[in-house]
Amino acid sequence: MKLVTAVIKPFKLDDVRSALETFGVQGMTVSEASGYGRQKGHTEVYRGAEYTVDLVPKLRLEVLVDDSDADDVVDVVAKSAQTGKIGDGKVWVTPVETVIRVRTGETGAEAL
Amino acid sequence: MPELNTGDTAWVLASSALVLLMTPGLAFFYGGMVRSKNVLNMLMMSFICLAIVPVLWVLYGYSVSFDTDIANGLLGGLGKVGLSSVGLESVSGTIPEFAFVAFQLMFAIITVALISGAVADRAKFGTWALFVVLWVTIVYLPVAHWVFFFDEGNGGWIADRLGALDFAGGTAVHINAGAAALALAVVVGKRMGWRRDPMRPHNLPFVVLGAALLWFGWFGFNSGSAVSAGGLAAGAFINTAVATAAAILSWLLVEIVRDKHATTLGAASGAVAGLVAITPACAAVSPVGAIVVGFVAGILCSLAIGLKYRFGYDDSLDVVGVHLVGGLVGTLLIGLLATAAFTGGAEGLFYGGGMDQLRKQSIAAVTVMVYSFVVTYILGTILDKTVGFRVSQESEATGLDETAHLETAYEFGSASGVAVGHARQPAEDAEPVGTAASEEGVKA
Repeated sequence: MKLVTAVIKPFKLDDVRSALETFGVQGMTVSEASGYGRQKGHTEVYRGAEYTVDLVPKLRLEVLVDDSDADDVVDVVAKSAQTGKIGDGKVWVTPVETVIRVRTGETGAEAL
Repeated sequence: MPELNTGDTAWVLASSALVLLMTPGLAFFYGGMVRSKNVLNMLMMSFICLAIVPVLWVLYGYSVSFDTDIANGLLGGLGKVGLSSVGLESVSGTIPEFAFVAFQLMFAIITVALISGAVADRAKFGTWALFVVLWVTIVYLPVAHWVFFFDEGNGGWIADRLGALDFAGGTAVHINAGAAALALAVVVGKRMGWRRDPMRPHNLPFVVLGAALLWFGWFGFNSGSAVSAGGLAAGAFINTAVATAAAILSWLLVEIVRDKHATTLGAASGAVAGLVAITPACAAVSPVGAIVVGFVAGILCSLAIGLKYRFGYDDSLDVVGVHLVGGLVGTLLIGLLATAAFTGGAEGLFYGGGMDQLRKQSIAAVTVMVYSFVVTYILGTILDKTVGFRVSQESEATGLDETAHLETAYEFGSASGVAVGHARQPAEDAEPVGTAASEEGVKA
C-alpha cells in the first residue's frame, strides 16, 4: 500500500476531489496547511506598515491506495490540481506498512 | 431660569446611552487590532474604565469639573461631592442636572479608555487601573472644567473666558487623550519585537464593528453636546455624518496612491479620524466645511501614523496619529472654517473673522496638549518606578490574556477543547476518567 500526499492550492480541492472520485478513490483526508515553495509569500500593509507573510495557505490531501493504483492516483491529482501558475504544490508517495479499518478490524487492501 | 424641556431631556438621556456604547465600541476597535493572545486584556483595559470612572464621577469627579469655579476657571469646587446637592428637581439649562451628570460621565470614561491603545500588549492591568483613577482625577477633571463648564463668563477658562470653540471635546477628549498616549508610550517603552515581529491585527471584523459602534455612539457625543433637541443638535448630527464619510474617502485615497489597495483597517481608521476631527467643529462649520475637516483629517492622520516609526515610540494602536493629530486638525480648522451661521457669532479666517479665532483655538489646543503630556509623563513615570507599569518579558511573550487574566479568548478546535483540557470535578463526586482530574490538566 502507498500513501499519496498532495499539497495543493485550496481552490483546486473540488477539482481534485471529483477527479479522484471518478477514478474510484473512496476516501481521503484533507487538512489545512501553510507553507511556501518557490513562489514565497506576499506582503500585506496595515496602516502603512508592511508585513511579509511567509507562509501561504494550502491544503494537504492524503489518500491511501493499493500499490498498483499509486502511479495513476498521483497522475490524477497532479493533472486536476494544475493551474500552470507558480504555487500549484506537490504530490509525493510513501510506502505504508499496515492499514487497519477500525470498525471491522480488516487489514491491508481490504481496509482501503 | 429656563424651564425644564422634556424633548431636550429625552435627547440628552438617549445621547448619554449612545456615548456609553462608544467605550465597548472602542474596546472592539482596539481589541481587533492586537494579537490574539492579548485581545481580552485590550477589551478589559476599556471595560475597567466603565467600572472605575462612574464611581469616582459620583464621589467627586462631577463636582471638581462642574461645581462653581473656585480658581479663575481652572477648577470646580467640592460643593457637589457625592452629588449631595443635586436632586431630582435640580436643573441644568433645560434638562435635569442628573441627565447632565450622566452625559458628562460618559465623556470621562471614553477619554481615559482611548489612552489604552498606546500601551497595548504590555501594561500591568493593576497599574493601568490605578492610572485610570489618577489620570482622570488630575488630568481629565481639570481639563473638562476648562473646556466644558459654562457659567456666564465665570466658567472654565478655555470655553467661557478665552472663547475658544470646542463643541464636544476636540481638546478635552482627543488632544488630551492623544498627548497622554504619547507620554505613556514613551514611559512604558516599546513592545518586545516591535518592528521585527509581525504584529498583524488579529481580527479586522472586530475593528470594523468597533468603528461602526463608535460612529453610532458619536452622534450622541457630538449632537448630544447641544444639550438640547433642536437645530443645533441636528446641524451637529449632519456634520458628524459627512465629516466621517469624507475622512474614510481621503484615508483610502492615501492608501490607494501609496499602497495600491484600499484596506478595511484604513476605512475603519479613517472613520475614527473623521469623527475625532469633527468633534470640536461639529457646531462651528457648515456641512461643506465638515467635508473639508473630514477630508483633511483623513489625509493628515493616515500620514501622521508613520511618525512613530520615524521617532521610535511604540504608540501601538496609533492613538497619537488618530486622536492627537485629528483633535488638532479639528480644533485648529475651526479658526479657519467657523461660520456665524453655526456659531452664532464667531467666524474663522476664511469667513472674514480674521486671525482672532485661530489664535484662541491654538492657545486652547497647545495648553491642553502640553498640560496633558507633562502631567501624564510625570504620573506614568512615578507609577513605573513604584508599582511598575510593564509586565515581565515572559508575560509579554506569553500574552496578557493568560498571564493577567488566566483566560483564553478563542477556542477554534473542532473538538471544542477536549484535546487540550478537561473540566475539573468537584472533589466529592470526582471519578477518575482516563487521567485523574488534576490541576495540571486544567491549566494545560
